[in-house]
Amino acid sequence: MNESSPSLTPGAPGKLRIFLGYAAGVGKTYAMLEAAHRRQAEGADVVLAYVDTHHLPETEALAAGFETMPHRLATQQDITTDEMDVQAVLARKPDIALVDELAHVNPPDSLHSRRYQDVEELLSAGIDVYTTVNVQHIESLNDIVTQITGITVEDTVPDRIFDEADQVELIDMLPEDLLQRLRNGGIHIPDQGARMMHKLFRPGNLTALREMAMRQTARRIDDQMRAYMQTKSIAGPWAASERLLVCISASPLSTRLIRAGCRLAKELDAPWHAVYVETPSQMSISQDDRARLNQTMSLAEGLGAKVMTITGQSIADALIQFARQNNITKIIIGQPLRSRWQELIYGSVVSRLIKQSGPIDIYVMNSGADTPSVNPVRGHAHLKPHFNKYLQTAIVIALITILGSLIHMLLTLNPADLVMFYLAAVVIVALRLGYGPAVMTAFASVIVLNFFFVPPQLTFHVDEAEYLLTFVGLIVTGVVIANLTSRARQQTEAAQRRERETAQLYSLSRELVASVDLNTIIQTILEHVQQTFQSDAAIFLPQDNILNRRAASPGYQPDPDEQRIATWAFEHSRPAGASTQTMRTANARYVPLKTAQKTIGILSLMVEEPVPLEKQRLIDAFATQAALAIDASRLSDEARQAQLLREKEKLQSALLNSISHDLRTPLVSITGSLSTLRDSNASYDATAVRELLDGAYMEAERLNRLVGNLLDMSRLDSGSLKLKREPYDMQEIIGVARSQLRNRLENRTIHINLPNDLPLIPVDLVLFAQVIVNLIDNALKYSEPDTALDIWAEQQGDAVEIGIADRGIGIPEDELPYIFEKFYRTRITNGHGGSGLGLSICQGIVEAHGGTIRAEPRDGGGTCFIIRLPVN
Amino acid sequence: MSKLSVLIVDDEHAIRRFLRTSLGAQGYDVHEVATGEDAIRQAVNLQPDLIILDLGLPDINGIEVTRRIREWTHTPIVILSVHDQDTDKIEALDAGADDYLTKPFSVGELMARLRVAMRHAHKGDEEPIFRTGNLSVDLAARIVTFEGEELQLTPTEYDLLRVLVQYAGRVLTHQQLLKEVRGVGYQTETHLLRVHMSNLRRKIEHDPTNPQYILTEPGVGYRLVVDAYADEHLSNA
Repeated sequence: MNESSPSLTPGAPGKLRIFLGYAAGVGKTYAMLEAAHRRQAEGADVVLAYVDTHHLPETEALAAGFETMPHRLATQQDITTDEMDVQAVLARKPDIALVDELAHVNPPDSLHSRRYQDVEELLSAGIDVYTTVNVQHIESLNDIVTQITGITVEDTVPDRIFDEADQVELIDMLPEDLLQRLRNGGIHIPDQGARMMHKLFRPGNLTALREMAMRQTARRIDDQMRAYMQTKSIAGPWAASERLLVCISASPLSTRLIRAGCRLAKELDAPWHAVYVETPSQMSISQDDRARLNQTMSLAEGLGAKVMTITGQSIADALIQFARQNNITKIIIGQPLRSRWQELIYGSVVSRLIKQSGPIDIYVMNSGADTPSVNPVRGHAHLKPHFNKYLQTAIVIALITILGSLIHMLLTLNPADLVMFYLAAVVIVALRLGYGPAVMTAFASVIVLNFFFVPPQLTFHVDEAEYLLTFVGLIVTGVVIANLTSRARQQTEAAQRRERETAQLYSLSRELVASVDLNTIIQTILEHVQQTFQSDAAIFLPQDNILNRRAASPGYQPDPDEQRIATWAFEHSRPAGASTQTMRTANARYVPLKTAQKTIGILSLMVEEPVPLEKQRLIDAFATQAALAIDASRLSDEARQAQLLREKEKLQSALLNSISHDLRTPLVSITGSLSTLRDSNASYDATAVRELLDGAYMEAERLNRLVGNLLDMSRLDSGSLKLKREPYDMQEIIGVARSQLRNRLENRTIHINLPNDLPLIPVDLVLFAQVIVNLIDNALKYSEPDTALDIWAEQQGDAVEIGIADRGIGIPEDELPYIFEKFYRTRITNGHGGSGLGLSICQGIVEAHGGTIRAEPRDGGGTCFIIRLPVN
Repeated sequence: MSKLSVLIVDDEHAIRRFLRTSLGAQGYDVHEVATGEDAIRQAVNLQPDLIILDLGLPDINGIEVTRRIREWTHTPIVILSVHDQDTDKIEALDAGADDYLTKPFSVGELMARLRVAMRHAHKGDEEPIFRTGNLSVDLAARIVTFEGEELQLTPTEYDLLRVLVQYAGRVLTHQQLLKEVRGVGYQTETHLLRVHMSNLRRKIEHDPTNPQYILTEPGVGYRLVVDAYADEHLSNA
């Protein structure tokens, strides 16, 4: 169905074997090839999906014994690189694929941005993978490597890959031997990485990296041991369940905190959280900081942390509260970036944490040599959008000053009293424009007050010392008010934003609950996504095992390869496309719609990169709601289908019962009469023979009518009926019906009343005559032979009403609603039980003509059927 | 006069047997085939006086068989059709079949159809005056009398009646009637045909809702009833 994988139902995943080294040249590739040879000798189907021998003779000799998959050439800005062709390997489907350099970064046009994702793809297709990687590429060791070697490794592999690998083999070599090998030219040194390699290949560095690789392997073995003990129920001395919390911020230090937390969590085998506390003062953090925060959160998520954003007045309080609620045993926090005097004024988060922590351990990481970030609270990188605010502030101050001088002239107040006006201005500005403008107002107020009102006026000179006190008071009070008010404002804004999001989610779920129709649900979802994210969106649902775009909002611009991306996201139950690790060049982000059991579809939104983590969460929440609603609708649909099926089965069995009875009855008398005539030795007189034959003939006719009815019914039901409508004179229609019923209408009085100006009626003559025949037949069946039938027609506006009435036994009023139903037979059969099809055929034909048919009890006894047909 | 020979073309064995028995008893010399190819071949070999042709044959469709037989002979062909073959039936009639019967039918109906078909095939010097019931049409003098009184018909009405009389007892499709009355090229004016027919009926029928002379064959055309089989006409429904 698509290129990436042949079926929606994957088998058992393949096994991953990692050959871990501590530096290039230790012989990872060589060891990998050797291991592969052993497996090949055992009969495994091994291919080299991507193995770079670096033209080393021994390695090349080893590699020669395998099938080498063709590589994919990726061109990007005139540089052509040689990449693994994942699709080719998937199509080839070997037992084992050898993939060198797990940490490799793919060029942008690739399916995945990283090779380890390619490897996961192979594994999920059931292919075993052998791969090589150096220890410095392991994510959680990244910054230790940097600290020891001074080299920053960009292309890291998440620890999860390493942890989930089925086998990790340490490829070791003494550093001395390695250096010797390097000198002998037995190690490939890439052109770009030469400098880095030199830095790395120092005995001290090599020893440290070697130790790290060994530790990492040892830890893994330890984990396996513990897992073994656990599965064998061996009581062990492992620690009681620990829970870690890492407090993160927008600071670049936070990534170190995260890695440290991850390492500690692994050592303790503890679940861990990464929490960002949103306080009112951090609402206004800069775009850069927000981006960095998102990166940190993604990193934490990638390393297996539960990431959360919580809100609170103070960081310490919020953290402690969260920790208590989640049974956290250890909190890791970075050393605060505030200066000494800031701490004096605001208090230190760390000290407050320690004070309140109780049984919780607090780990404080030092800030290290990293460049401290710009104070996240009062970044001044974005003056432009603020300029307007400051202009407004100036206007407020000017207005207050004019007002103040007016009052001053009228009442000759003490200038100190005017302070109140300026404090009011501070409050207003803080409420409207935020902290900065409010502080500016406080300072500007002092200047203006001094200049315009404090004697000597129009100078900055102050005569009386008491005014200095007033000024200090004004500034201090102003700043405090500004702080408090702007905090309150930001908190309100944050609360409002959260409330908005909650409200959006709530209104979505409420509207979704209100409907069970899939199309309505999909439209509702698309509308809400549009309103909430201002993004055009589409929904993909699988149909006959193929994912189709079911609906899209009007402005949605599909990606050219949307089918591939959506299918990938669907099969892997992971987001793909924009702002993800997979096919990130797409315009839209493809979010799986997951229910507890399975992924039921894809929601794709056109988003602008990068998508902040909070927005991703909200999108995920939307997706969950959408998935539940679609699933519910599908379930109710299935239930309805089942109900329909049951009804259909009931109908079919009713049909079978009815038919077998109706078919058999005439056959009984036909067979009986004929066998009597054939087998009997006794000779019957002419009258008896005639009677038997008449009976058989009449029954044969009845059988014929029944078969005709069944055929008509099935044609009506299947919708294969094509009307050949032409205008006919009502007289002709009745004439046709009467000649068809000629035998049965002998000696029967029929009153026909047709006005001369009756218009021609557009009908399919064959079918419509059948309606009249059935109705007359019905009237004959349920009335005495000596009563008359009445047929009339009259024009009523754009329609003609045709009535056919008898003076028969009538239809009980409670049965009237049912008589047009298939196989419905009235209780009063008068010995003329029909098939229960005649009237429903009438209704089917009349409705096919766009008309209606109804039955009414007739004044004076009997029944009247009225057909209403449009004539224009 | 020697026995009339009839060729029965039907793939159903039971129907062939029933026809063979009934027609044989009526003095016909009966031949049967089960396929269209055989029908065409035997029509040449046997040169039957009549052909009874089922529309639904396993090899070639009855319309095609009619066409191919009509290429060289006027032997009367009576079509056998089932309920939902209206279109095929009309096509076969337009292709030259003489009449049709809808299955199931009675032997009486079949005999009447065969007689009418035979009479038209051996049209000799026709009586200039046609009579059925209380209706008489003098084709030479163009006089129509009903219950002894001369009727005033419009030229179109008269033409319609004249064509019906010429083919009395036989079904005439709308196409055939239009072609005879108005000439080639007017075959789509079926609604006009119905209006004229309606007017004609008002003049020659006591009760147009229970016609005695001109019967509507729904979806096919019209038929003028002749005395000979008026009583034997049974419902085709």
